[in-house]
Amino acid sequence: MTPFLEVAFYVAAAVAILSTVLAITRLVAVHALLYLIVSFLALAVVFYTMGAPLLAALEVIIYAGAIVVLFLFVVMMLNLGAQARETERQWLAGKVWIGPVLLSAILLVEVIYLIARARLSGGIGTIVGPKEVGIALYGPYLLGVELASMLLLGALVGACHLGKMETRT
Amino acid sequence: MTGVPMSYGLILGGILFVLGLAGLLMRRNLLFILISIEIMLNGAGVAFVAAGSRWMQPDGQIMFLFILAAAAGEVSVGLALLLRFYRQQQTLDADAASEMRN
Repeated sequence: MTPFLEVAFYVAAAVAILSTVLAITRLVAVHALLYLIVSFLALAVVFYTMGAPLLAALEVIIYAGAIVVLFLFVVMMLNLGAQARETERQWLAGKVWIGPVLLSAILLVEVIYLIARARLSGGIGTIVGPKEVGIALYGPYLLGVELASMLLLGALVGACHLGKMETRT
Repeated sequence: MTGVPMSYGLILGGILFVLGLAGLLMRRNLLFILISIEIMLNGAGVAFVAAGSRWMQPDGQIMFLFILAAAAGEVSVGLALLLRFYRQQQTLDADAASEMRN
């Protein structure tokens, strides 16, 4: 791993964490989604520096491309007005968020302590290209691919059914 | 030892997961709850990829592909439910779901 990729990992990780924090604290849904896109793109860089170029491409195409666009379409259909920001501010006002944030921070400190104490050896950054992933995916993991296709079919039928019921009522 | 230590990748995954968890717990808007679930799935995926990269095996990346499929299915059904919920209740408040009969 060249030093450039190492620096790129740290910078992209910092960007990912920062944009995720901003995404979960925004009052307007569209702003949160834009920060979420930045977070996914930063994670794509992280995957690339970790030696997973296929996943870097999939992160951009599927997460930042398809899933966030789905969210954006729903925000467009909801047509939330200016008062949505006020309700959101009221929901987040006061001390409601201190409890969850404090408890999750305690869990995070524990996890970091345990990982640091384990003294894991070795570094990340060895490139495992699309060829190896494809060979393993359609070899030992073939059953998993079939199950994933069944899951997606189920999700398709479910989403279609829920959408159809909406137009009838 | 070469490159970034593996524990940093795992810690990045943990931080993202906890950020998603905190968002899930502190927001009342259903749309933000779905966004937080996406962030949590991503954090778990980063840990998988870091571990797979450490042992130079493609298994971590394959697990991330399955997480991707699960996230796509979850978000499509979740957003369809959210649209129906909004038409029925005229709000995105998760607390209003406690009165969702019929």
